[in-house]
Amino acid sequence: MRVTHWLTFVAFIALLVTGGLIVISHPRFYWGEVGNVNTKPLFVIPIPSSRSTVPTGYKYEMPDENGWSRALHFEAAWVAVLAGLVYGIYGLWSGHFRKDLIPARRDWNWPAYRDRIANYLRRAPPDGAEERSYNVLQRTAYLVVIFVLFPLMIWTGLAMSPSFTAAFPWTAALVGGRQSARTIHFFVSWFLLLFLFVHVAMVAFSGFRSRMRAMITGYRPDQEGE
Amino acid sequence: MNPITRRKLISGGATAVAGVAGLAAAGRIAKRYGLIPPDGGGIYGPGETLTYACQRLLTVRTPAREFPRSMISKNPFANAVAPPNDAFKRLQASGFKDWRLVVDGTVAHPMSLSLADLKALGLRSQITEVACEEGWSYIAEWIGTPLSAVLREAGVLPGTSYVVYTSIEKGMWESIDIRDAGDPHTLLTMAMNEGDLPVPFGGPLRLRLPRQLGYKSLKYVNRITATDNIKKFGSGKGSVDPDYGYSWYAGI
Repeated sequence: MRVTHWLTFVAFIALLVTGGLIVISHPRFYWGEVGNVNTKPLFVIPIPSSRSTVPTGYKYEMPDENGWSRALHFEAAWVAVLAGLVYGIYGLWSGHFRKDLIPARRDWNWPAYRDRIANYLRRAPPDGAEERSYNVLQRTAYLVVIFVLFPLMIWTGLAMSPSFTAAFPWTAALVGGRQSARTIHFFVSWFLLLFLFVHVAMVAFSGFRSRMRAMITGYRPDQEGE
Repeated sequence: MNPITRRKLISGGATAVAGVAGLAAAGRIAKRYGLIPPDGGGIYGPGETLTYACQRLLTVRTPAREFPRSMISKNPFANAVAPPNDAFKRLQASGFKDWRLVVDGTVAHPMSLSLADLKALGLRSQITEVACEEGWSYIAEWIGTPLSAVLREAGVLPGTSYVVYTSIEKGMWESIDIRDAGDPHTLLTMAMNEGDLPVPFGGPLRLRLPRQLGYKSLKYVNRITATDNIKKFGSGKGSVDPDYGYSWYAGI
């Protein structure tokens, strides 16, 4: 199952880079069903565009990379979705979600979160339970990424597809329209990037080499010789 | 560490063999049911094929989204177009009365239709959205003759799998599969909102395909060619788009 983690990682980086390149062709965002250069934007990213038709105020035009970016974006999306599907089925079947991700009932309260945050701020070494499994903050972060952010990303992505919304108009309607879906898609990508930063920083703090070895080979010190 | 055990090797090998066999079988089935797009090769081929195949299986029978009149965009955006060529300017000077739509290829009765001939085949109005691959969009009312009416008149021969459509603009050509061509929303559009289709929006004749991105809605269409072999056209990838790195299928 570590394979799905790394497939998702590669796909996510590809999605992030190509998504950014696609945004450059129209760095304006709207709310509702429609939006174009003749409508009032919700906000504008103050960068030059890769298309001459977008009035950005700059005389400079960015290189236009939409062609391959779109192809790679959708192919990487397939990789992420298929890896997510395998992971999801495995997670349910093996009890991984239940055992490792859903916080224990005694942690369903604010003090449990507060204590964990305090531990992080003090840089306290992990206690015994944390050595073996995820703490309540980690569990919550992973659950939000797996069951909220990624599904929201897929949903808002599909809500921009003219064929998909023809069959399932509610996917666009429920989020406020096609342009709203695009805007949400953009913001959720920032939340996922934030998660990636924190996730990598935490891996670095807890020993980059040993964690990477564990995630690549499956080696765990407490299971030596198994 | 974890030595690779014989059991792991055997189970891993069996999974790989099953995977390859499964992919090969899926490929054969996809080909048989027309689920592989003309640009289904190359490094992005698997992504293109998955998208196209899923859309064909899931959404092909559903009509395009239509919107209430109140949602028509007040200031639609025409996007940039190449400066019209001389042939276009001559036709424009006489109010497009000599504009012809040639219908040929695998049809029983090849035809050359004026805009008036087209209108006589029946008009239809629909309020649909144009969504550009850049991200912007607008909604307008479009009035025209369904492509299916023209194809019916010309008598499409059995075995026809794609319909190619060509612009008076040099090098601009597209194609759609026969199922999209038969969709009542696939419209040879002559009017928009309150008047004739303006030139910047593709007038006098634009093929509107609301279930795909804007670049498939080709402007200044003057030829429709039915075919049983899309590979014969251009570089064989179904339209000019793959030559520029864009997907032939733009339904996403």
